[in-house]
Amino acid sequence: MTVLELRDVVKEYKLRDGWQSRKLRAVDEVSFRLEPGRTIALVGQSGSGKSTIAKLLMQLERPTSGQILVNDEPMVYRGARAASYRKAVQMVFQDPFASLNPYHTVGHHLARPVRLHHPGLSRGQVDERVLELLHRVRLDPDFVQRKPHELSGGQRQRVAIARALAPSPGILVADEPVSMLDVSIRLGVLNLLATLQREENLGVLYITHDLATARHFSDEIMVLYRGEVVEHGPADDVILNPQHEYTRLLAEAAPDPERRLAELKR
Amino acid sequence: MAITTSTSQLPTDAVRRRRILPPMTLKLGIGLALTGLITLFGLIGPLLVGDPSAVRDLGLTPPGNGFILGTTQTGQDVFAQLAHATRGSLTIGVVVGAITLVLSAFFGVVGAFVGGWVDEAFSLFTNVMLVIPGLPLVIVISSYVPNKSVWLVAVVLAITSWAGSARVLRGFTLSVRSRDYVLASRVSGERRWRILLVEILPNLIPLLASQVVFAVIFAILGEAGLSFLGLGASGSFTWGTMLFYAQNGLSLRLGAWWWFVPPGLAIALFGAALSLINFSIDEIINPKLRSQTRADRKRWGMTREQLKHAREETA
Repeated sequence: MTVLELRDVVKEYKLRDGWQSRKLRAVDEVSFRLEPGRTIALVGQSGSGKSTIAKLLMQLERPTSGQILVNDEPMVYRGARAASYRKAVQMVFQDPFASLNPYHTVGHHLARPVRLHHPGLSRGQVDERVLELLHRVRLDPDFVQRKPHELSGGQRQRVAIARALAPSPGILVADEPVSMLDVSIRLGVLNLLATLQREENLGVLYITHDLATARHFSDEIMVLYRGEVVEHGPADDVILNPQHEYTRLLAEAAPDPERRLAELKR
Repeated sequence: MAITTSTSQLPTDAVRRRRILPPMTLKLGIGLALTGLITLFGLIGPLLVGDPSAVRDLGLTPPGNGFILGTTQTGQDVFAQLAHATRGSLTIGVVVGAITLVLSAFFGVVGAFVGGWVDEAFSLFTNVMLVIPGLPLVIVISSYVPNKSVWLVAVVLAITSWAGSARVLRGFTLSVRSRDYVLASRVSGERRWRILLVEILPNLIPLLASQVVFAVIFAILGEAGLSFLGLGASGSFTWGTMLFYAQNGLSLRLGAWWWFVPPGLAIALFGAALSLINFSIDEIINPKLRSQTRADRKRWGMTREQLKHAREETA
């Protein structure tokens, strides 16, 4: 099982404007611990550093300072241990229309990670595993032959989830997995994620800007504001008893039928 | 979710093939047919005709009389010359196309994919090559080398013409390499060369194809221009050298149209055919260029006014 821990992680970007350059602190001393079987929601507005944290976790960026610990050891970016890290931590991207290669079939998208992380499997075993993955995300076996453009947004996101599950990871980073989907299918995809999490005992980092789903699906909520964690606690506490001004603003922005009815009565 | 149906192999395969190849339109059909005919002529023609340089005692015979396309001033068979010239010009086109493909893919795609100072260096080199004026350089090189083979001319043309497509490819690669599906394959631990070859390159195929076709047209026209100026390959036949000798032999003033029309027409037809193919490839890259709406109107049996009206209604 994999335990991920961030300790005072800082990520700065250098912005160049002609001769001048200044630093943008995208992630400011963020610390948290992600354990198997738990879901942490990372909530914040756009530009607050949510996706940068996801990229740091996926080794697409490296922290400026601070440490990312994997099972209490510092993260390694090269070699066999990096490969085993990639196997243990996987990601579902935000936009299912961009995260699947239009040139390749669904089968290719699922077979590649299986083959990469289980090099010993024969062709037949890989095919079997691909079908099993499709089944896990409730897609029919004939999707293997299809190309992304033949799929709906929800189906694509299911394929993306299946791809993330292919190496059988212990931790899943879901970067706004439903924000690009129709409202009507969001719940289906989120429920699927929740079910898979229970089945596999996954640790999930659920990145979102939607407090309602964050509360529904996660054990803890972290509120990110300008790269800083301004609030961190059990989901219900953060929603019902917000301490930081920004959290209150977020909570008020969510539609609340009772409050609205009360306003209408007045 | 879809209802499970029996997995049939055939229709999905057909769908896949249709997506890689451009749709068969009249444009593409004409282009392919013309290219095919001219290529076939260049391949088989020289085997069937006699010596193109053989001098005979019957100068400027009009077509017919035993010579399909007549003879030149010195009694050489124009048809035999045309066959050899087609082969020569096509050789140059193919060689330049291949070299351009390799150079532009290397400097455009690899540079953009690797990034960092490699990209900067490759990009700088490409830009320098881009601003080197092609034709004058070719003239300078040509005047230094006394005995030029077809290959030398092809290499010189290729070196001066790859930079433009390298820039186009670089731009597109930059956009593809930061797309989510490339990041996703990095996350799943794919090796870098595999990401480049399997995830990025297939999406560049239409662009590469159209760049190659363009390079072939450019090479054939460029060689014809050089040869017409008398700077082409010595001792070999191309459409350009034919025009050069026709010009030297005062064919226009003597009214010997059968001497200069065939090579001229061949250049024009081959260029047009490749352009038609290129347009069809462009339509895959940019579907907006398709003449779809016209076809739709025909299919629905609507007049132009009706269609306009319908569009206003639905807008």
